[in-house]
Amino acid sequence: MIAHSNNTQIRVDLQLIAEMVEPGSRVIDVGCGDGALLDYLGRYKNVDGRGIELSMAGVSAAVSHGLSVIQGDADTDLKDYPTGAFDYVILSQTLQATRDPKGVINHMLRIGRRGIVSFPNFGHWRVRLNLLLRGRMPVTEVLPYQWYDTPNIHFCTTADFVALCRELDITIERGIALDGLGRVQRFDGGGWLANLCGEQAVFLLKRR
Amino acid sequence: MPTSHDSSAEPVSAPDHKVVLGADRPLRLDCGVELGPFTVAYQTYGELNADRSNAIMICHALTGDHFVAGVHPVTGKPGWWHELVGPGCVLDTDRYFLICANVLGGCMGTTGPKEINAATGLPWGLGFPVITIGDMVQAQARLLDHLGIDQLFCVIGGSMGGMQVLEWAASYPERVFAAVPIATAARHSAQNIAFHEVGRQAIIADPDWCGGDYLLQEKRPHRGLAVARMAAHITYLSEAALHRKFGRNLQDRKAFTYGFDADFQVESYLRYQGSTFVERFDANSYLYITRAMDYFDLAAEHGGVLANAFRGTPTRFCIISFTSDWLFPTPESRAIVHALNAVAANVSFVELVSDKGHDAFLLDEPAFHATLSGFLDGAGYHRGLRRRGGP
Repeated sequence: MIAHSNNTQIRVDLQLIAEMVEPGSRVIDVGCGDGALLDYLGRYKNVDGRGIELSMAGVSAAVSHGLSVIQGDADTDLKDYPTGAFDYVILSQTLQATRDPKGVINHMLRIGRRGIVSFPNFGHWRVRLNLLLRGRMPVTEVLPYQWYDTPNIHFCTTADFVALCRELDITIERGIALDGLGRVQRFDGGGWLANLCGEQAVFLLKRR
Repeated sequence: MPTSHDSSAEPVSAPDHKVVLGADRPLRLDCGVELGPFTVAYQTYGELNADRSNAIMICHALTGDHFVAGVHPVTGKPGWWHELVGPGCVLDTDRYFLICANVLGGCMGTTGPKEINAATGLPWGLGFPVITIGDMVQAQARLLDHLGIDQLFCVIGGSMGGMQVLEWAASYPERVFAAVPIATAARHSAQNIAFHEVGRQAIIADPDWCGGDYLLQEKRPHRGLAVARMAAHITYLSEAALHRKFGRNLQDRKAFTYGFDADFQVESYLRYQGSTFVERFDANSYLYITRAMDYFDLAAEHGGVLANAFRGTPTRFCIISFTSDWLFPTPESRAIVHALNAVAANVSFVELVSDKGHDAFLLDEPAFHATLSGFLDGAGYHRGLRRRGGP
């Protein structure tokens, strides 16, 4: 589209999300930051994209780049949207920062036919090792914050997330874990290996 | 360069246009009165492209007028949005055809209480029908018909201008590709109606108002109108802006005079604002236009549900508010955003940081200009607009 125009490369987790989106679909990216994913989806997937972002700087940057983004909060603003308004609702690295992740997921699959969620996996071996050996909250590349300044208030592991989906009667159409080098770990069986090796996870969800 | 421009950066506006409309089909006003023929005074900047797809309607605020850029013929000062208008500017006259019309009820050439009522040969005065934001927009739509423009690329305006933008999008959705309501609300709040009432009562209490007949009696209610302006002007600023500008500084003196002179700079400033305003504005127009704002309630016009005003809208919206604006605070904009979300409209919304109060939309605010520019670029891309001489 307008600016971001040299962005042929986006973060690897965003790339995975983009691959899950059908061309020409209606998408809302909840917690869209400066709109890098929306911009990419607009240019390469021809999607009709919207965004919600909490930070004023992020919204300003996105709107200045010609993207349709509103300043808002996933916890409070998703309820306004009509049922089935979007083909995909994307929560990329956002869920763990919401006050009510369960409510947000419910709204996500109400307003969207499908949901795409990515989050840092608290079950990653490095996180486990930090707690086990050092007895300290983990600070890693995908979790760069100290406990006192982190925006991430609801951590989960991929196993926790899969359990929540089961509880909410949500079908996981695809699940992908990314290891520290950005390599894809496929989910299999119970996904215990992905939960151990995945630093981040991406899920494509559908209401059963 | 377009032929209507000289080589300087300041755009040269076309001469003050005036057109008489509604001779065959009068305006049907909300109050039930039919008004016609009526005159619309307007300015244009830039050139209409071949497929007539690049027109932007700029809607002015309560005390604004159609002189958006260039030198104002009455005040001699630059137009109220001169920083935004020109070649390569946010409202790029090399790319867009800008139209701004003096609102119905105004006092800069469009039919209003100070103009002559053809039926009586006398100024309308209080005989002028009470008009609404909807009536103003209806008159602008007639102007568009006259100019042969089916669809506006964008309608943009702040404050009362923003109300007109919302009315445009609700009443003529197919004629509005993009809409930018700035520092505005879908209804006038009780507090804002209260401030307007103070202003109106100041005018009405001035003996020179003469029951509204001051033009015939060759008087002007300057004192009342000046007080109205002074009170209103405070609401356009913020405590922080007033403090930064004036603090408790004294005006050309070292100590209090122990009297009621303008000891403080802020008093002197307000008095100046009041005295210059009366030179360019008509008191009855002030009554009518503030009333139009008071009556504005877009939800009420649509069964009490604001979202109904925008159901199925094809328009792309960009809503902008400012942190220190207490006249049209951000929750008012958020209510519009929520209504637009409820109908899954294409909407952008940003609250910009500024300590300049409501007037921020008239001032040099880089983040505001960047946001606006980006939104228009994005919308222009989807509308297939190209910059003149550009790719």
